[in-house]
Amino acid sequence: MTMTSKRAARTCDILGKMAPSSNSIMKRYLLLLAQENFEFRLPEITSLLSIYGGQFSSQPENPEKSPFWILNIPSEDVARGLMKRTVCAKSIFELWGHGKSSAELRKSLMSYPLEKMAPYVQPDSTYKINIHTFNKTLTQSEKITKIEDLAFLSLKGKVNLKNADHIFFLLEDYGLDPNNIPDQPLDVFFGRWIANGQRELINSYSVKRRHFIGNTSMDACLAFIMSNHAKVKENHVVYDPFVGTGGLLLSSAHFGAYVCGTDIDYNTVHGIGKASRKNQKWRGPDENIRANLRQYGLEKYYLDVFVSDASKAIWRKNMWFDAIITDPPYGIREATRKTGSQKEIIKTETCDDSHIPVSSNYHLSDIFSDLLNFSAKYLTRGGRLVYWLPVYRPEYTEEIIPRHPCLKLISNCEQTLSSHTSRRLITMEKVKEFEDDDQYAHLMDYQYKQYKGHNSFREKYFSGVTKRIAREERETHTQANE
Amino acid sequence: MKLLTHNMLSSHVRGVRQGFPLGLKATEVKVNTVDFNQEFVARMIPKLEWTALVEAADNLGHLSDLPRELVADYESNEDFLRKVHHVLLEVEVIEGTLKCPESGREFPITKGIPNMLLNEDES
Repeated sequence: MTMTSKRAARTCDILGKMAPSSNSIMKRYLLLLAQENFEFRLPEITSLLSIYGGQFSSQPENPEKSPFWILNIPSEDVARGLMKRTVCAKSIFELWGHGKSSAELRKSLMSYPLEKMAPYVQPDSTYKINIHTFNKTLTQSEKITKIEDLAFLSLKGKVNLKNADHIFFLLEDYGLDPNNIPDQPLDVFFGRWIANGQRELINSYSVKRRHFIGNTSMDACLAFIMSNHAKVKENHVVYDPFVGTGGLLLSSAHFGAYVCGTDIDYNTVHGIGKASRKNQKWRGPDENIRANLRQYGLEKYYLDVFVSDASKAIWRKNMWFDAIITDPPYGIREATRKTGSQKEIIKTETCDDSHIPVSSNYHLSDIFSDLLNFSAKYLTRGGRLVYWLPVYRPEYTEEIIPRHPCLKLISNCEQTLSSHTSRRLITMEKVKEFEDDDQYAHLMDYQYKQYKGHNSFREKYFSGVTKRIAREERETHTQANE
Repeated sequence: MKLLTHNMLSSHVRGVRQGFPLGLKATEVKVNTVDFNQEFVARMIPKLEWTALVEAADNLGHLSDLPRELVADYESNEDFLRKVHHVLLEVEVIEGTLKCPESGREFPITKGIPNMLLNEDES
């Protein structure tokens, strides 16, 4: 029996044994993830798969750490669709073989159906093989040996390193511990490269290059992650009730959604007043949200922005948004304000345009209950709310995540800010129609304890900071005196 | 402010029951070209208060042949959708006011941005 017919026989055997299932139409793909924003990766990919199709082959063993996940995806187009959105994944490969050692990989590749390989190994095509290792650097000669070891694959095309028709990858995983790198890889994969993700957006949308920014502009990568968690799609309408300089609108508009926002700060919405940038005192004439969108060629997705108080709904009934994506003010780097009465109201003589209503403190507990209520009311069914919740870490339990009967918690990812504070990206989906305001008031009350009273998060944050600074100063003094 | 957004806004002055539609007065209107997106316009139409949209456009003198009645087969009617697109997204109020139909409170529009803030005694 020749090599080829043996392999063909084995292939038939495997195909014959396979039970007909939904998996039989799915192809296996390998996803290579970026090693940052770990907690955000699984919700991002899960959200995108629920838009485009596909599922995890099996739940990744170590989803918050491993850079390699195996997915079942119905078609290459779906895989490409996924990669047009993800900022957490670097690349995707059609998986041809996988094993715990080179021998296992060889066995696995031998059983990969020849007819699936055929289109990519034709004599008139060109190809190259790249090697990607995780947690180990190989020498050039080691790489060449590894490529030579793959000769049994009988890729019949011509090698072309610069402009190959097909790019194959050997990917090796040497584990997660940089202090204990094994000689042999723990996992080996071989596949055909399909597409890269959108990692370059992190650079092209960098806050550094942006025209109009504020003190709390969102990191570009996180802004894209937020839009992905929110399952933003083309022709959606996305709303940010604390829009600031509009950084969160950019990522949604980039994905083809129409965007609008409100903010209580007249100067920010109008892009006037003091600049947030170092070495620049005042904002220029063209520093505003619309100009930001224009900078990226996205002005056509601009609907409107308003000067408005997030605690007062300015929208009519039967109005809806597909997604609400926001970073509410915690009162750390920006004030939390809403309009309303204070004990002493200074009466202004005339109520012309320049009159700015008195702002009162907007308690964090109220911000979150208003935001959830608003989302329950104004999101379309299946629409998502994605927002940041500040957390005092020593006291964090899952129970403090604000809930609403109309909203289902989808994911909750922590970004650590300091030893005692973090913020959590909360994603919720509207699963039930909103009935009436009063019905929900009492239900939610108990969950906001953490944020109640005297804005307890802020107090703890500042007391913690104060203590830390005091401690550090003491330590420096002690060191200086030694 | 675009007329699409105007169609979604309502007055929130304390005690007002019927805050929609806000009366629209403009001292400066600008027409900007926006790429036509047939799918988006068709998707927005069922969510619009049609009569309010026609009135607002008429008010600004930019009705632009928009039919007073919504046509039945709008999804496939490109000519009609283009007209809706123009009114929804291209006509913008730069300077003017929005007036609460019940209380008469006016909200200023400055440099294209409405100011919906209320004074202490109104909210």
